[in-house]
Amino acid sequence: MATATVAKPVDKIWNGGVEPLKASYGKLMMWFFLLSDTFTFGALLIFYGFSRFAHPAYVGKLDDYTASQAWWPVPDKVFNGLPFVHGANLPLVFVGIMTFILIMSSVTMVLAVEAGHRMDRNDVQKWMLWTLLGGACFLGCQAWEWTHFIHGSDAGALVNGKIVHGASLARNEYGPPLFADLFFFITGFHGFHVFSGVLLNFLIFYQTVMGKFQSEVGHYEMVEKVGLYWHFVDLVWVFVFTFFYLI
Amino acid sequence: MAHGHATPTAPGEIPKAQTKEIWFTFWILFFVTALEFVIAFTVINPEARTFRIAFFVGLTIVKAYFIVANFMHLRHEAKSLIWAVILPCTFIMWFIVAMLYEGDSVFVSRY
Repeated sequence: MATATVAKPVDKIWNGGVEPLKASYGKLMMWFFLLSDTFTFGALLIFYGFSRFAHPAYVGKLDDYTASQAWWPVPDKVFNGLPFVHGANLPLVFVGIMTFILIMSSVTMVLAVEAGHRMDRNDVQKWMLWTLLGGACFLGCQAWEWTHFIHGSDAGALVNGKIVHGASLARNEYGPPLFADLFFFITGFHGFHVFSGVLLNFLIFYQTVMGKFQSEVGHYEMVEKVGLYWHFVDLVWVFVFTFFYLI
Repeated sequence: MAHGHATPTAPGEIPKAQTKEIWFTFWILFFVTALEFVIAFTVINPEARTFRIAFFVGLTIVKAYFIVANFMHLRHEAKSLIWAVILPCTFIMWFIVAMLYEGDSVFVSRY
């Protein structure tokens, strides 16, 4: 009888045939992928912390600070540039703009997901387009940030008897080369995630415009799954921002 | 839950957007980040270093909570899914402590 199969005892919930986690396969897999990615980013950031503890920190007044191979750089003295302002000393301003852009694009993404719940195709399109714009802006900012870091200051710094401008994997004007390596690795890995996120967002945007979810699939769960990824990218940035720029 | 949360009442009719929680979360993220900036520019004496770091880490966890709970919707998922995501992350806490301790011991043996 139909009623007997509907009421399944609670202790049988993990025996198959039901959804104990109450989420679709695709969404669960996205969650577990993001969990594994958490460990990857966690390992990278933890190694940053390890290296910081293994190197001497700068002690003394911040005004007297000079870059040296002997101590770990102070982030405010490294990331203080701003586009169109040559030789500016404005710590945190540019990265603040980047953070704001990424948080904003996370908001527009969640608005797209919400519009998907209501089967509002026009709103999904609109918010996906804003999300794409935010992602592209962030990538542009990061390209500038990297260029600035690679080119370095006009004065440069004396490293092993030679004047060095900017940072590469082998030499670093601002401090130990390891600092530059970790910067390139961690922000690069995050930037790669943003880049793939922008590609995925574009795919979803395209499929929305073509009406795939509205008529063919019948729901907008794909926007939700890609949205999870996009929020995760924002989440990682929150941590990168704290550990690279604030502390 | 995943879809069809709000079905249009009449064919072709689209319900109104429910964006209160989204903007509430946005303002929290905005103000927490703004607070981090204020601290970064005002609390600069070296004695307050530990306080600064603790404050930044704490605020980062606050931001992470709101992103995961509201934007990623984890707050509204099944309890078993919430734990399936959160519990493995607690291993990271141990990883952090272990590696920072290790880093410190490398520092001591080097300098």
